[in-house]
Amino acid sequence: MIEKTVAELSAALAAGEISSVELTQAYLDRIKQYNQSLNAYITVCEEEAIAQARAADEARAKGENSPLLGIPLAQKDIFCTEGVTTTCGSRMLENFISPYDATVVERLNKAGAVMLGKTNMDEFAMGSSNETSYFGPVRNPWDVKRVPGGSSGGSASAVAADLCAIATGTDTGGSIRQPAAFCGITGFKPSYGRVSRWGMIAFASSLDQAGPIAKSAEDAALMMNVIAGLDEKDSTSIDRPVEDYAASLNDSLDGLRIGIPKQHFAEGLNAEVEQSIRDALAEYEKLGATITEIDLPNNHLSVSAYYVVAPAEASANLSRYDGVRYGYRCDNPADLEDMYKRTRSEGFGDEVKRRIMVGTYALSAGFYDAYYRKAQQIRRLIKQDFNEAFKQVDVIIGPTSPHTAFELGAKTDPVTMYLEDIYTIAVNLAGLPGISIPAAPAGGLPTGLHIVGNDFAEAKVLNVAHQLQRNTDWHKQKPAGLGQEA
Amino acid sequence: MALDKSEVEKIAHLARLHISDAEADEVTNRITDILALIDQMQSVNTEGVEPLAHPLDVVQRLRPDVVTEENQREVLQNLAPATEDGLFLVPRVIE
Amino acid sequence: MEWETVIGLEVHVQLNTQSKLFSGSATQFGAEPNTQANIFDLALPGTLPVLNELALAKAVRFGLAINAEIGKRSVFDRKNYFYPDLPKGYQVSQLDFPTVGKGELTIVMDDGSEKVIGVTRAHMEEDAGKSLHEDFHGMSGIDLNRAGTPLLEIVSEPDLRSAKEAVAYLKKLHSIIRYLDISDAIMAQGSMRCDANVSIRPKGETEFGTRTEIKNINSFRFVEKAINYEVQRQQDVLEDGGRIVQETRLYDSERDETRSMRSKEVANDYRYFPEPDLLPVVIDDAYIEAIRADLPELPDEKKARFMSEFGLNDYDAGVLVASREMAEYFEKVVEIGGDAKLAANWVSSELQGLLNKNDWDISDCPIEAERLGSLIARIKDDTISGKIAKTVFEAMLEDSASVDNIIESKGLKQVTDSGAIEALVDEVIQNNPDQVQQFKDGKEQVLGFLVGQAMKLSQGKANPGQVNKLLREKMQ
Repeated sequence: MIEKTVAELSAALAAGEISSVELTQAYLDRIKQYNQSLNAYITVCEEEAIAQARAADEARAKGENSPLLGIPLAQKDIFCTEGVTTTCGSRMLENFISPYDATVVERLNKAGAVMLGKTNMDEFAMGSSNETSYFGPVRNPWDVKRVPGGSSGGSASAVAADLCAIATGTDTGGSIRQPAAFCGITGFKPSYGRVSRWGMIAFASSLDQAGPIAKSAEDAALMMNVIAGLDEKDSTSIDRPVEDYAASLNDSLDGLRIGIPKQHFAEGLNAEVEQSIRDALAEYEKLGATITEIDLPNNHLSVSAYYVVAPAEASANLSRYDGVRYGYRCDNPADLEDMYKRTRSEGFGDEVKRRIMVGTYALSAGFYDAYYRKAQQIRRLIKQDFNEAFKQVDVIIGPTSPHTAFELGAKTDPVTMYLEDIYTIAVNLAGLPGISIPAAPAGGLPTGLHIVGNDFAEAKVLNVAHQLQRNTDWHKQKPAGLGQEA
Repeated sequence: MALDKSEVEKIAHLARLHISDAEADEVTNRITDILALIDQMQSVNTEGVEPLAHPLDVVQRLRPDVVTEENQREVLQNLAPATEDGLFLVPRVIE
Repeated sequence: MEWETVIGLEVHVQLNTQSKLFSGSATQFGAEPNTQANIFDLALPGTLPVLNELALAKAVRFGLAINAEIGKRSVFDRKNYFYPDLPKGYQVSQLDFPTVGKGELTIVMDDGSEKVIGVTRAHMEEDAGKSLHEDFHGMSGIDLNRAGTPLLEIVSEPDLRSAKEAVAYLKKLHSIIRYLDISDAIMAQGSMRCDANVSIRPKGETEFGTRTEIKNINSFRFVEKAINYEVQRQQDVLEDGGRIVQETRLYDSERDETRSMRSKEVANDYRYFPEPDLLPVVIDDAYIEAIRADLPELPDEKKARFMSEFGLNDYDAGVLVASREMAEYFEKVVEIGGDAKLAANWVSSELQGLLNKNDWDISDCPIEAERLGSLIARIKDDTISGKIAKTVFEAMLEDSASVDNIIESKGLKQVTDSGAIEALVDEVIQNNPDQVQQFKDGKEQVLGFLVGQAMKLSQGKANPGQVNKLLREKMQ
């Protein structure tokens, strides 16, 4: 049962084939069995989960029914959860028990979902391999020597290994999509402003966006129906009606115009991964889509611009971690400055400190124009490239990542790691919706197909993803061997 | 742009981070590498391009001037490393 | 050498909203520490700001009152620095696109001369919390109740040329702000705070000298003293061949001196950048015009009206409009008393004297506008004389009864009954035969003496006009 999609589980719960308590217990058992090797969860909420499951069963007994009622899920540990430790993968917040719920958490709770626990992640979401977590690296269920991708690596690993039915993630430069690609599942980053950021610990405010990590595009749509929509507590949350994302999943793709960016099929792309992507494109042609090559001339600058904007915003966002009101404080500070410096140096890991330094530098006197302002100008050029492209095509498709999951410890140099997100980062700079869904595996490892839509074209992106999943079974492939490990 | 160690120290101080002597070279080199990546931006002419601070072309919403919050001092101060008499304690602030 | 002083003021006023600039926490002064600081004010992870609409409206209201350009698109920025009373590690402020742009206001000096002072800008920002330095085992205590209170920082041009001008500017600003009801503007409570940028230069020089910034000035009086001290200090330094260092200095009112702040002078690098958690604030003409239509009559307009409508002179009108409360009090007195000149005299002499003597604000005064108005009405309708009115005024301080009750109960009503006055006059004529004879012999001046005697007999209550008339008749 635990391997099923949310849509299937929801039907089973509605039919009375299984209770939420039974289902929850099955996931908890599996977490016990595999979490030690995968390290996907930082916190497991056994008692609370059973209590929520019981409440869901009672609600169902009273006649309530909704797609997420009683569905066991995992929250990325970047979302504040009342009464539950919320670490953001950092020593700084190792003992931080949030006094409030993030809007995403509140909405999922209200929909009757069951929270199994909080998933591991790169510290403050800064990383593409989940190796920067203070709580140790997460492993890829397809091959535990390999990384699951990052920063939502714990959520991706948990979904792929059936340690939950679905999970939340956040995506600042590819943090939902790249781990989804590495773990062979579906990860959706909505348009900026579509999902509230209230209670989601900030990395880079103008780029961060929450979204589902799921076993199918349909499941992603079901979660989006719950979490999307205006939140008065987030000024950047958009006041725009929310569509029923499940309703248009089966729309025909006949006449769909797909653009493939020539920059994404160039040097650096692994040949086997490219083949998987081309196979998927061929499927779309069979479904009536037409494919045109498009030009995103400033795409190659996206990583550079991103590594100014994101660290700059992060350098300010992380100033609040000072050891005064909550979180880690160093022992026996000699004076105020010593408290600040040791608290922050001991509480943050190397990658976080590096990005704070880069961001501080980019904003410092004399460099603002050359770095921050320049990056925001390039951001506009990138956005304009997309605007031009969407005059000709409905969606843009390419690879999510240039290769499959790499081994732990393989990339020690930050710049090499940063280039991991070469295909995904521009989408964050432009605020667009993007999804990664499994294409055919390459060398026994999952590959990701990246589908990008225009502003607020969530429904279209999910529709295009779902149609491939209806006609292929790449998304149904499971990591071999995990079942035999104990 | 290559950084020297004194610049790294200056930035670290601005960011209230402590960089030990043992780390200084490594940190300086890493940041220099990252700045080299960033400097690829300089290859494109952006004269006259309006900076984009935000992906959405929308404006700020306003909130009515209403007090919605109750006193939660006890709950919130439970999170703090050191408090006394309802105050957060820090090493002496010198003006 | 003759020196010229150049001063620019940065004035912070707390906007008097119920809730904070970006959160729904209360802003009341004097609450228990940290009871008005919620998860946003404490900068808990994941919390976000939403702008208070009234704070914005109040900022625009100020801008319109000083004829400033209003920013139709204002942008909030983060100003980054670490301090324990600044929970986010940055202050949300406005750098390049403030809500209020260039404006001006006119100050009037004691000699009646007027001067227009430029206002460079006024931007919205968050207040910080407070560090309490009492000894908590060698630690400081942080109270974040004030953190996030909306501030308007009003920056003047360096147009002020003396400490007196600076005080006049600050008082004018205070007056406008109180008229607009955008801030309590109480310096002693910190809802209005002033930093002064001071430099001097040889008279005739057009370049500015190096300036220092004086902080921590918390009364109008100290503004003058702090600036005068600093000007003298700079003059001494320069005349001794020294050099002024650009720095921040703290005013110590007990020692009446400014001194350099000891904090390490690593040049501040605030790393401003647009606040990504907030979007540009866009307002349109309709919004601005609605606020303009709602502006109250401001001190300059009111003064002009008092002069034309009530025939007051420049000085009296100026005194009466200095504060909104005083002007409103005065207008109420006129309304009830029915005589503007009499009202102006009473308010600016008796009442003002009383306030000064007791160090009261008008709102503390036990004599309400309604009662002072009645008192004037009773003078005007001859119920009491002006002299008796002073007795009543004194009595009103102790007694909250109505003016008529006080007059009645103390038997202070003017005697206008002709029978009673005739009896008085007869008694005076009888007791002063010499003076009566002198009058009859043509010595007119004696009449005054006789009237005075009658008034004395009546304990001041007789109507002097009637006494005068009857005496004259009887002695004919």
